Amino acid sequence: MADVVRMTAAETAAAVNSGTLSAAEVTDAMLAHVDAVDDRVGAYLTRLHELAREYAKRVDERVRGGEKLPLAGVPVAVKDNMCLTGTRTTAGSKILENWIAPYTGTAVQRMLDAGAIPIGKANMDEFAMGSSCENSALGITRNPYDLTRVPGGSSGGSVAAVAAYEAAIGMGSDTGGSIREPAAFCNTVGFKPTYGRVSRYGLIAFASSLDQIGPLTRTVEDSALAYEAMAGWDRMDSTSIDRPVEKASTALRGDLKGLRVGIVKQFVTEKLGAEIHALYQQTYKELENLGATLVEVELPTADYGLATYYLIAPAECSSNLARFDGVRYGLRVEGGDVGAMYEATRAAGFGPEVKRRILIGTYALSSGYYDAYYVKAQKARTMFANDFKRAFETCDLIASPAASSPAFQFNAKSDPYSMYMMDYYTIPMSLAGLPALSVPCGWITPEGGDRPMPMGLQLAAPLFEEVKLLGAAHAYEQGTKHASKYDAMVVSA
Amino acid sequence: MSTAYEAVIGIECHVELKTKSKMFCSCPNEFGGEPNTKVCPVCLALPGALPVANKEAIDHMIAAGLAFSAEIPAFSKFDRKNYFYPDMPKDYQISQYDMPLTQGGVVRYWLEDGTMKECRLTRIHLEEDTGKSTHAGGGDGRIAGSTHSLIDFNRAGVPLMECVSEPDIRSAEEAVGYLEALKRTFVQLGVSDVKMEEGSLRCDANVSIRPAGAKEYGTKTEIKNMNSFRSVYRAIESEIERQIGVIESGGRIVQETRGWDESQGVTHSMRSKEQAHDYRYFPDPDLVPLEIDRALVDRIKATLPQLPPQRFERYHGEYGLDVKQATQLIDNLPLADYFDKCVAASKNPQQSMNFVLGDLSRLANETATPVHESPVTPEHLAELIALVEGKTINSKIAKELLARVWNGEGSPKAIVEKEGLAQTSDTGEIEKFVVEVLASNEKAVADYKSGKTNILGFLTGQVMKASRGKANPALVQDLLKQKLG
Amino acid sequence: MSSEKIDVRYVAKLARIALTDEEVERFGAQLGNLLEHVNVLSELDTASVPATAQVVESRNVEREDLTGPSLDRETVLSMAPQRQGPFFRVPRIIAEEG
Repeated sequence: MADVVRMTAAETAAAVNSGTLSAAEVTDAMLAHVDAVDDRVGAYLTRLHELAREYAKRVDERVRGGEKLPLAGVPVAVKDNMCLTGTRTTAGSKILENWIAPYTGTAVQRMLDAGAIPIGKANMDEFAMGSSCENSALGITRNPYDLTRVPGGSSGGSVAAVAAYEAAIGMGSDTGGSIREPAAFCNTVGFKPTYGRVSRYGLIAFASSLDQIGPLTRTVEDSALAYEAMAGWDRMDSTSIDRPVEKASTALRGDLKGLRVGIVKQFVTEKLGAEIHALYQQTYKELENLGATLVEVELPTADYGLATYYLIAPAECSSNLARFDGVRYGLRVEGGDVGAMYEATRAAGFGPEVKRRILIGTYALSSGYYDAYYVKAQKARTMFANDFKRAFETCDLIASPAASSPAFQFNAKSDPYSMYMMDYYTIPMSLAGLPALSVPCGWITPEGGDRPMPMGLQLAAPLFEEVKLLGAAHAYEQGTKHASKYDAMVVSA
Repeated sequence: MSTAYEAVIGIECHVELKTKSKMFCSCPNEFGGEPNTKVCPVCLALPGALPVANKEAIDHMIAAGLAFSAEIPAFSKFDRKNYFYPDMPKDYQISQYDMPLTQGGVVRYWLEDGTMKECRLTRIHLEEDTGKSTHAGGGDGRIAGSTHSLIDFNRAGVPLMECVSEPDIRSAEEAVGYLEALKRTFVQLGVSDVKMEEGSLRCDANVSIRPAGAKEYGTKTEIKNMNSFRSVYRAIESEIERQIGVIESGGRIVQETRGWDESQGVTHSMRSKEQAHDYRYFPDPDLVPLEIDRALVDRIKATLPQLPPQRFERYHGEYGLDVKQATQLIDNLPLADYFDKCVAASKNPQQSMNFVLGDLSRLANETATPVHESPVTPEHLAELIALVEGKTINSKIAKELLARVWNGEGSPKAIVEKEGLAQTSDTGEIEKFVVEVLASNEKAVADYKSGKTNILGFLTGQVMKASRGKANPALVQDLLKQKLG
Repeated sequence: MSSEKIDVRYVAKLARIALTDEEVERFGAQLGNLLEHVNVLSELDTASVPATAQVVESRNVEREDLTGPSLDRETVLSMAPQRQGPFFRVPRIIAEEG
């Protein structure tokens, strides 16, 4: 495997900008590597050979013309819920299995404008609903660290691509943890910016008030670079925030001196088992060793996170997914009349998890239940926001596990609710719109497993404090270097 | 209608706003055009598309609300109304549920006999229009009997005002008066073209009857499919009649939707839904709340023009123009503005109206020039009126003068002076002509003396002719009568 | 909130998804189970708490009334599951509103 594919985004951009490497060379090497390993990993639903080479050519022209591009030649995996003109954009669903997007979403466009090369459209849980990527209707993605295990979800393809060196940056989306949890499962960094920092225009909507696009990378620095490229106000998205994007890549810290890190009292890690508990105790100690002061904080509503999320997200998605009706695009299953056509199309086009969420969401919004469910959940959400405001009065960042276990095996979580529990730690931050990320913090050999699997540390910051968050994560990463302990099995083979 | 019953009518209108672009995207908001050429990811509801609200539409709404003295609240928001229909791309409509942009208000309108009436508004809210479906395969374009439908999404996403009235209307005539007032106001404000034939105004009526004097409401039916003001009139009349017939034959009114059949002149029951719609309204998470700036509201209020009801009261009530004349002016705002300027300059509404709607309009029609663009300015007309009122010229001269001013010969005063067209009220002068005419019309004189007094008219005309129209006609008549004895 | 039985068929109708009898049973059980978990929310005292309108406080996001390019019609219609000339074609509509 060429060394080129192991390069970080920062290294690639530097090499291409300086003329040491051309974007074409990087792209060719990457595409060859994808063809060599992706049959085993299954990160990509669509490999973009031609398009990638086209973009590489353009980047090389621009660089030759004297431009310095922040992501020059950097290979990127684009989660398949993001529209990219001319590419099949499926959201992991049969209902969009053959739909070609006629436009490109803003975040993707900005990455491309910054010089990134789209290598492929990445697999995902259908319509971003899931925590293992098993809900994809169109393919199976395997964890590059153990092919018998899930990569996490819903951004399973993006994270697997990055972990298996099939991209330097994965574009993911996070609604309740869909960037952070897979990052933890696959030994990568996964970063969800503040809600509204990255435009959602072109992102196939799941839950409008929770969805955010963010990067998956092998280093924190790469996430900072990706964030700078994709973030910023967009006139096409009414919920995008009009605030300048401060540079994070130049504010990466060497230590955590002066930072107070909050450990949430309600996040009792003992119940995760002795080994995992010990690992996180160790992780928190490492934060201290790097100069942070640990403080206990409280999130009294923590245990209500799942309930709140699993009312709001399905409610919004039940409405967002109504447009998939067989009329204007996508799958159509004929019916004697339009009503029958709708019902047959949606029955055939949506998988069981999607159907479940549409049903519960429809129910939560329906007459007689709206106040008790939807409104109640939105009020609980305000309480979460208030909890965090209070907590951040005594700390600068909050630390917690990113997921409650290492990557599990396929079909391990057959009960929907046990799958929902995977998002326990990540959901509260989503509800409050906070910027949060996962950074590798160690290894655990799971019960019945034959090799160590990665674990992730979640760090969260107050609204708009991406610079502080990324800065601290970088210090932790560089000070502990957990990620470099083991390599993905698929590439070392 | 039998006076034993009172009809209770409420009107619900959907009015397309006149903006350059659609409500939530920048596709053009235009009537007509090739199907499906004015669509984009947003209004076609492609995956990943998002709405962004049109500022102009919101401003138009505020103006419309203020025009009807509605309350503009401090906060407003958009909600999703969820239901499935092929011409609704998102299968939800962005609308407003519990915090509309305007609340209350009152529509003042007039009937053909000049009576002013009022109908309260419940609210006006902002939403987006759907695409258009044509139903094919059944032969008559209706849904029933069709085999398939064809959809054009050009109209999807056009901003729409939904105006809901209180059930204050009591007759078909009032309903049409109300609609005319809405239309006139919206046209004057420039917020909509309000053309039923183009679909920029659609309306439904809720109709019920109750015994005259009763306080409780009867069961109402919803009447749809009325395509013109005339249809509205006929449909409401027909429905009132039908309901009376049902009640009088001992039946009960069924709460249902009925479609107006223009060709048969009756309403038909439309296949009623098994249950009421559960629209599952919730605030649209893709849009942010609106905080209405009081300064903006005040600014819009301050720039509201004088609206049709006030104009009507001024024209009909104050100036004494008849209903038809007043309406004619109101329906042609540039003409009405011209008229107002004439009145301001001449202080003479009656004469202003005579000229504007009379000779001036005739000249305008002949030359295909709108009155307000005519070479005759309001000041010219005021001058002319002053000359007539001051008896400097008579009305015949005035008419000629008008044409000459139109042809660019200068102001009325200037022409009169230049050509000495001033009407002669000099008895001496006129007497000369009278004597001349009597001398050369012996037979007429004889006829008059023998009893044919109407010959006077002929003789007056002769004197006018002889004086080239300059004689004061009243004086001519007097002198003639004197001389003839 | 007591544990209630969801009328899955009614909800599926609202959502326009045809379900098999087996799915009605299975989803009914799974959703019932989820609702039980969700019911913990009733423990929260939200009486004096406003519902979140917007996660990040934002107001009055509007655009100027300017026109922009539309999609090319062939692109639009090429996505249609069924088209007829310049129109999207759907099977007959039975009721006045869906």
